Amino acid sequence: MWSYIAKRLLLAVPVIIGVAFIVFAMVRLIPGDPAMVIAGQAATPEYIAAIREDMGLDRPLLVQFGLYFKNLAVGDLGRSIRSKAPVTEEIWARLPNTFRLATASMLVAASVGVGAGIVSAIRPYSLLDAAVMVAALAGLSMPIFWSGLMMILVFSVILGWFPAFGTGSLAHLVLPSVTLGMTSAAIIARMTRSSMLEVLRTDYIRTARAKGQVERVVIGSHAFRNALIPVITVIGLQTGTLLSGAVLTESVFAWPGVGRLLVEGILTRDYPVVQGSVLVVAFVFVFVNLAVDILYAVADPRIHYT
Amino acid sequence: MIEIEQGAGRRPQVVRASRAKLAWLQFRRNRAGLLGLGIICGFLVIGLLAPVIAPHDPYEVDFERSLQRPVSGSPFGRDELGRDMLSRVIYGARISMMIGVIAVVIGVSMGVPLGALSGYYGGLPDLLTQRVVDVMLAFPGVLLAIVIVAVLGVGLPQAMIAIGIVSIPVYARLVRGQTLSLRAQEFVEAARAMGAGVGRIVFRHILPNTLAVVIVQSTLQVASAILTAAALGFLGLGAQPPTAEWGAMLSGARQYLRLAPHAVTFPGLAIMTTVLGFNLLGDGIRDALDPKMRL
Repeated sequence: MWSYIAKRLLLAVPVIIGVAFIVFAMVRLIPGDPAMVIAGQAATPEYIAAIREDMGLDRPLLVQFGLYFKNLAVGDLGRSIRSKAPVTEEIWARLPNTFRLATASMLVAASVGVGAGIVSAIRPYSLLDAAVMVAALAGLSMPIFWSGLMMILVFSVILGWFPAFGTGSLAHLVLPSVTLGMTSAAIIARMTRSSMLEVLRTDYIRTARAKGQVERVVIGSHAFRNALIPVITVIGLQTGTLLSGAVLTESVFAWPGVGRLLVEGILTRDYPVVQGSVLVVAFVFVFVNLAVDILYAVADPRIHYT
Repeated sequence: MIEIEQGAGRRPQVVRASRAKLAWLQFRRNRAGLLGLGIICGFLVIGLLAPVIAPHDPYEVDFERSLQRPVSGSPFGRDELGRDMLSRVIYGARISMMIGVIAVVIGVSMGVPLGALSGYYGGLPDLLTQRVVDVMLAFPGVLLAIVIVAVLGVGLPQAMIAIGIVSIPVYARLVRGQTLSLRAQEFVEAARAMGAGVGRIVFRHILPNTLAVVIVQSTLQVASAILTAAALGFLGLGAQPPTAEWGAMLSGARQYLRLAPHAVTFPGLAIMTTVLGFNLLGDGIRDALDPKMRL
């Protein structure tokens, strides 16, 4: 197993370098002069030159590339053009908010998804099952930014139960995390249902029932535990959905996270901020996926990795 | 692989049916899939006939009726500039369908050959391609599209290209996996023994056999392309105002959520229904093509 973990860690290295390279190439690929694009049309030549120098765009490409990686290695992501603050600082200030949102959404997604999936699987092809599956498909098809707006409309504007914008209290977290968790909940519910149905057909479930085991234990203990492995896989895969969904959810709810920083950066052409936030989100994604994979190796003794 | 055909007054006759026909016979019994197909056809017709069926000009500004609630003349109400929402939603169908199709065409035309050749050749080219795919898949969902838009600049055509590029690694990985298992099969061996070149083997023998999974993936991919395009439009990175694109419409109307909930409700419902249609269709086709489900 240790060799498996080592191998996975090694395989992540080229991916991370590749991600860093794409982010580096991003600014250099902007058609025309990136400094001019960043400065805007009304900028003076001096201002453009200052930006060019500030971002190192006046040096040879190879030197830029070397500097970029050198700075990256010490956690220096440059300075925001707008606020002049170091990008690392801006991201650090926002990252906890994004993590809070993502964690809360994951809790919503896992509990609602697994719960709904089990309820569906216990009475397959019943009215309740159909209702849950239709709801799940609707959840999958809903644009997250729209469901966010609808949540605000219903629970904030009409009912006045939760605040629509900002952070602070736990109540602020409710609408964004439910919005963000919904898509993942739908995917998890579908997976839980099919996994449960598969397990419920097996011989050991029939044995458990034949020996007179109460249904609650058959479902809760015999079936659910064995159905859980593909479900955990899917939950792990949801980190990507959550991270990219966070970009949208944060924009809808004015949630001060990294996703909103990124969108603001693009709209104001603040490329150091864009580079930094893209890099951070992609790195987090790679590492979470890695952690999920490694956790399997630790958690499931039946699976052998080489 | 047989179908029983009822001849008049004769005994049922066994005839051979094509794979597509078998899949259709299977699909026809799937009510959810048929519903999906119906929804998509509906939106296609709406999109194609937009100039004919839209009650008003979707770009005609009428400040006197700004944010007007739904009334009989404009059942979806009017937006912040007094434009008729129903007409805008109808025109939006056109744009969203186009985005879905173009994005999938880009993804299929680049990703499928890439995946097939990578899987067929193996070795170093495969290794390199797959690492590039790894890196592209290391950007979660909409993020890679955002990065590409940041390079290409905001706008609808750029957004379409970005969404297309994002789907390339999905196809490359999918088709590579299929190719790996197909390449070891006897009919490929036979083709090679008869002196077929790489091009012929890959494009005549391997790719047709990956068609089923590519079709299923493409249906679901259209759904995700429409969602991503709307997301980009909503963030202000895709279609720009005054374009009647569903995401951009939501972006404009969101500030008036309190005053005019209708302006936010209908574009979102349109996105959801279209995406739902493609998801239902994709699920239906998958069930129809899955050999385990076949009679």
